[in-house]
Amino acid sequence: MTASLPLPWLIRHEARLAWRDMVAMLTAGRPQRLRGAIIALVIVAALLHLPAMAMVGQYATQASSPDKTTLVVMLGSLTMAAALMLSQAIESVTRAFYARADLDLLMSSPIDIANVFSIRLLTIALAVTMMALIVFAPFVDVLVIRGGPRWLAAFGVVIALGLTATAAAIALTSILFRLFGPKRTRLVAQVLAAVIGAAFIIGLQIAGVMSYGTLSRFAVLTSDAAAAAAPGPDSVVWWPVRALLGDAVALTALLATGLIGLGVTMALCSASIGDTIAHASYVAQTAQRRGGDRAFHRLSRHQALWWKELLLLRRDPWLMSQTLMQLLYLVPPAVFLWRSFGDLSNAAVLVTPVIVMAAGQLAGGLAWLTISGEDARDLIATAPLSAARVMRAKVEVVLMIIAAVFAPLVLPLTLASPSQALVAALGVALAGASATAIQFWFRSEARRSQFRRRQTASRLATFAEAFSSIGWAATSALVLAMPVVAGASAALTIAVLAVARKLGPAGRS
Amino acid sequence: MTMVLALSVQGLMKRFDRPAVDHLNLEVRAGEFYALLGPNGAGKTTTLRMVAGLLPPDAGGIEVFGVDARRDPVAAKQMMAWVCDEPLIYDKLTPIEYLEFVAALWGREASDAERAAREVLAGLGLAAHQHERCEGFSKGMRQKVALAGALVHDPKLIILDEPLTGLDAVSARHVKALLQERVRAGCTVIMTTHILEVAERMADRIGVIVAGRLVAEGTLEELRAQGGRDASLEDLFVALVADNAEAA
Repeated sequence: MTASLPLPWLIRHEARLAWRDMVAMLTAGRPQRLRGAIIALVIVAALLHLPAMAMVGQYATQASSPDKTTLVVMLGSLTMAAALMLSQAIESVTRAFYARADLDLLMSSPIDIANVFSIRLLTIALAVTMMALIVFAPFVDVLVIRGGPRWLAAFGVVIALGLTATAAAIALTSILFRLFGPKRTRLVAQVLAAVIGAAFIIGLQIAGVMSYGTLSRFAVLTSDAAAAAAPGPDSVVWWPVRALLGDAVALTALLATGLIGLGVTMALCSASIGDTIAHASYVAQTAQRRGGDRAFHRLSRHQALWWKELLLLRRDPWLMSQTLMQLLYLVPPAVFLWRSFGDLSNAAVLVTPVIVMAAGQLAGGLAWLTISGEDARDLIATAPLSAARVMRAKVEVVLMIIAAVFAPLVLPLTLASPSQALVAALGVALAGASATAIQFWFRSEARRSQFRRRQTASRLATFAEAFSSIGWAATSALVLAMPVVAGASAALTIAVLAVARKLGPAGRS
Repeated sequence: MTMVLALSVQGLMKRFDRPAVDHLNLEVRAGEFYALLGPNGAGKTTTLRMVAGLLPPDAGGIEVFGVDARRDPVAAKQMMAWVCDEPLIYDKLTPIEYLEFVAALWGREASDAERAAREVLAGLGLAAHQHERCEGFSKGMRQKVALAGALVHDPKLIILDEPLTGLDAVSARHVKALLQERVRAGCTVIMTTHILEVAERMADRIGVIVAGRLVAEGTLEELRAQGGRDASLEDLFVALVADNAEAA
């Protein structure tokens, strides 16, 4: 017999868990930081209104019946937003499927488990929508301030997209589960989430590079060809744009589609979702793979440390989605490089900072996993090796991976311009080494499974890592384009690193 | 004949918000099984973590087989193994990979390491699971993998902090047998435990630590002599803790 717990009670329970999870993310597990985190969030949100003004300010006074090119640009922008929301929803749903957490308690309790999971999925829909509302709020604010209250409908469009994205994510993940089984779905879903999140933007950029020789994603959207290929202004395709422009009927239809889509998906999946989650979380807990892997056979101490880190990085279940997106964004510059081979001087100036920036970001993530995310801390601390030697091996692994990932992008440059290739290589090395050094200065004790929360553990480290990557990217671009000011950029970046070192726990002690 | 000391701790001190280890002196002879007992918060784990090189002492000296562990920690660690009650192992490695990694860290010959790894896994009943990733293991199995890691490099001194926590009766018996076998082969074992029966049956000598100080030490017979012939170790332990808690 199942007890029927009141739905509001379950919703309140799930909302409380979601809220505490969000607070923990914002405050790195220290609730006393909440006030500071909220103030920082408000300041960042206020500052975001400036780029928002530059990006969408010109569209605020748009008539309710814009021309075809504007319709294409607006629909393209909405599709980008929807793709990112779908990507986030797939990752959230997959995490919900594979999280064990309170599963034993729920499955062993006399309640209707389908209700619990339905509410859990509803919470994901709310979280995805809330996140999108927060991100897009500055843009909508600018539109409302400059174009009037009709733009408030944009919030409704974001809500509708959030609900639809979650519905699609549940359906997709359930299908993947049936197609690939519980062992492989996690990896496939991560890859899918990364590809969906990046595919539309990257597709536009590649099309821009191939057709117009530019990396701008708007080149295709604003082209005559796109306008010519687009359907007539009365087509249902434009309803999301009409809803954005304040058309009440279109907005209602969009919201209804989202709600009904989510409801239908949950109704269709609710019967099997308990089994799906139970299977997935069981696999997450008991994943067992056979194989006579002789990875550590006949290795020296130093090589054993290298191999251990490489093996753990390769087997990290969530690293793929965290890094794949960063690497996917390198595809358009690579295509651009390939297309611009005849005029490499221009191409290198544009491509080099992208490569350098990506190297810094990837190195930061890998360095956190190897340096801070040491699961067998006691074993390493009691091993007959100096701490410096252990740290050296970990840093070497990060730099080896960076070299392996970025060499195929930098090496082709040497064929045409060795000096530009040298700048790119130095930029990659400096950005990678700087991000690794920052993780070393701000190292902490953490489990590898906390990787997702690394950016909230130390905001100082996160900002230092971002500024350092941006700084080296700018420096490398300036060395190629305006060498006179490159020194200033490099000096500024070194200053950022010096401040980070001083403020890091190692520097303070 | 000079008695060889596996561990010599002199005037060891560690203070957090209050003294956790307070001028502790402790000597463990080579080849003996030494049980360190004490109530929760007595300083047992802190002491052993300092000996294993996991926690820097505020003051005092630690020697492992005559090597100053504070001056030359790498040489001291080469002879030691540490296992705590919370098994910290790599979820994404299989037991055989984990053991080969540990053996490589301690610089053990590859052929020796392979043989030792298989022997230890078989001894702990893990042979059937040696190619499965540890992420799916129960706490008891993880504890056995951690323990196997401590044994695979053939240490001269094994330090165990509550190693039987989470083990079922059969596994606990495996572990106890394996440890006794190591002691018979000349290895020194220092173990903390709250299971007094284990200390009573296995230990050559027992030390009782209360409020960071060693308040009693000796063989079971020597300790019984202090509390009366019929007193059990539990009676002695409770009396010692009560007396010293009052004194503190």
